[in-house]
Amino acid sequence: MEVFERADLAAAVVTAGGQHGNDPHNALQVCLQLQQQFSCVPADAVPMLAHQLHTTTGHITSLVSFYSFLSETPRGLYDLYISDSISDHMQGSRQLLHRLCLALGVRPGEPRLDGRVTVSPTYCTGLCDQGPAGLVNGHPLTRLDDSRIDTISRLIENAVPLDQWPRELFTVEHRIYRRDLLLGTPLERGDALRSIADQTPEEVLRELAASGLNGRGGARFPTALKWRMCREASSETRYVVCNADEGEPGTFKDRVLLADYADDVIEGMTVCARVIGAREGFIYLRGEYAWLRPHLEWVLQRRRGNDLLGDAILGDSNWQFDISIHMGAGAYICGEESALIESLEGKRGTPRNRPPYPVTAGYLQQPTVVNNVETLFSAAHIAARGSAWFGTSGAGGTKLHSVSGHCERPGIYEFPVGCSVGEVVTAAGGDGAIAVQVAGAAGELLLAEEFQRCIDLNTLKTSGSFIIFGPDHDLFTTTANFTRFFAHETCGFCAPCRTGTQLARSVVDRMAAGRAFGRDREAIDRLIDVTPALSHCGLGGTAMNPLRDLRDKCPQRYQALFSEDDTSVLHFDLEQELSEIKTLTGEIPEAEQ
Amino acid sequence: MRSTTPQGNCDVIQREPGQKIRIASCSLAGCFGCHMSMLDIDELVVEVVHHLEYCRGPLNDVRELRDVDVGVVEGALCNEDNVKVLEQFRANCDLLVAVGACAINGGLPAMRNHFGLTACLKEAYLDAEGVVNPEIPRDAELPRLLNRVRPIQEVVKVDYFLPGCPPPAAAFTELFTALIEGREPAFDEDMVRFD
Repeated sequence: MEVFERADLAAAVVTAGGQHGNDPHNALQVCLQLQQQFSCVPADAVPMLAHQLHTTTGHITSLVSFYSFLSETPRGLYDLYISDSISDHMQGSRQLLHRLCLALGVRPGEPRLDGRVTVSPTYCTGLCDQGPAGLVNGHPLTRLDDSRIDTISRLIENAVPLDQWPRELFTVEHRIYRRDLLLGTPLERGDALRSIADQTPEEVLRELAASGLNGRGGARFPTALKWRMCREASSETRYVVCNADEGEPGTFKDRVLLADYADDVIEGMTVCARVIGAREGFIYLRGEYAWLRPHLEWVLQRRRGNDLLGDAILGDSNWQFDISIHMGAGAYICGEESALIESLEGKRGTPRNRPPYPVTAGYLQQPTVVNNVETLFSAAHIAARGSAWFGTSGAGGTKLHSVSGHCERPGIYEFPVGCSVGEVVTAAGGDGAIAVQVAGAAGELLLAEEFQRCIDLNTLKTSGSFIIFGPDHDLFTTTANFTRFFAHETCGFCAPCRTGTQLARSVVDRMAAGRAFGRDREAIDRLIDVTPALSHCGLGGTAMNPLRDLRDKCPQRYQALFSEDDTSVLHFDLEQELSEIKTLTGEIPEAEQ
Repeated sequence: MRSTTPQGNCDVIQREPGQKIRIASCSLAGCFGCHMSMLDIDELVVEVVHHLEYCRGPLNDVRELRDVDVGVVEGALCNEDNVKVLEQFRANCDLLVAVGACAINGGLPAMRNHFGLTACLKEAYLDAEGVVNPEIPRDAELPRLLNRVRPIQEVVKVDYFLPGCPPPAAAFTELFTALIEGREPAFDEDMVRFD
């Protein structure tokens, strides 16, 4: 294993710490910088980091153990993740992962001994419309197939630097198949700011309230009310946070907005800052989208140059607002707004007790608005064009859907709020679909007979994830994938969720292996009741949805997963379970392994 | 052998008047903390001995096991001997009760799963500072270790679970009282805990 020189580590820690003000609130950002440099956060660097950032070693190790994209041991020159999100899974991501591991002579998740490469499975990389997808050193890999996998393994074996890899491996397309109000009428840079410049915050809020805009991240909280509550909270300092931690399996609309409409999103943040009286904002960008960061930084810089951001917005020195980008590090839970704020503060992403809500005590305990990318994007358009324009297509305007899975045209679809599930399926060419998963793993499975249901505020909330399942798809695959996802992503803070998700995963594993019995069925029934009822936050609240939906909506498939109850059979291959010790003690030679 | 009749979805021991309920216990990969908690039932033990017969376990060092009504299992599975004992319990006990964090979730012993057996043994017997005659122990007297530590319900059917580290004495009290009274045990909320 690679050993790092202490002097190199010390220099790196001083540099990274200095670039982040040696502020413990930036501990996660500093750790990420080390991870990038050394492909790990070396154990020797931990006390140095603690010293440099005026914090404790426990704080630093708590981050390394929590965030998926931080590791204790070097991941090597090439750090690969292959997405095993259900959309990628359906396109054969598992086989591709094994093919790559076989070619490189590694096991999933284990660094190769020569320090060259690590290949790990991961969950959604937000590229479900062009999967199977992955990441190499933070850069997106799209449309993986056998030949691309073979190319990649050849490039790695020959130690070809990433900038000399064929560009087509990294091509990300942002395909928008249906444009409506928002995507159909582009906004000139600064339009929204110019139109609110002469309005009072009260007037802007009234207009926003009249538009009926609500949280596009899925929770559907009225945006104007959130902004008003933050504005009216007593404090000198307020913050705007753009939640770009788009982690729900199957959603990628925020990726498209950040890539093609970053100005509109930032303009929405600037409007919000004006209304609530904030001078500082953050874009919390998920680790999987690190490749979008240079583009976003460039857009921010251009806006500063155009007086649309910075010390004197539109030349008004009383209007000051600037934005910095904070990176996530592979934790789904950080999409929950209070966990996101904890992570912004450089801590583990553990959801906070609420109340107080972020609007009164958010970032650094100051009033904070946390809005989804699409919410801010929509708010900018409403500020520029007025509520009547947004309201023309019915209550609440339009919503973007990220469509993936078994369909001819996976991509982005903008539909009026209230459209039916079937309309989206038809538009995407999902003929013969047997089911759709709306709102991702935390959402709901809808069978074909429910396709007439409307996607609106009261009946079917969605974050924008829309995964179509074709006639040959086994819905248990989806249930198993989502259940394992939640078991991996639970933050571990509260027992009902931590234990419940692990128990659910172990039952699902046995269902998959044909070793689930009647008592497991009872256990699942209990988990479905208990876990959501007792969990601390929404993750535990929704973690049992996949099992519940399979049980309630596909009873035949569900029942077939269980065998008759057993009494005394030993479910165990003792010889197999003794393989390691036998090898170690020479009972069986290593070559036979 | 006394018969067991299903009531609802669980089994309750039925017995003839004057006949004692036969109980056995074992500690697999555990710390005997659950057994200590079981002994902590205090004066109830006076009542219990009239109704229960403790036929096998670490408290009397009997190894043989036959026609047992209730088997109480503490600890996880970490070696081949644990597996054999558990198999013997499952085959000879009408009801099997998993007690404690290790039996139910793997607990403390399962922490080695994060590192892997090979890494643990190498660290302990080969690579650690101060090791003389580095060698992985191998002896017929030593049960061989499993690749992974497992909770017992991954390997056999378990009828009841008493969670806790250890389960409070009150939970054992309720278990024994219910057995004696021939009813389903009912645990108060504060008796069901995970730490």
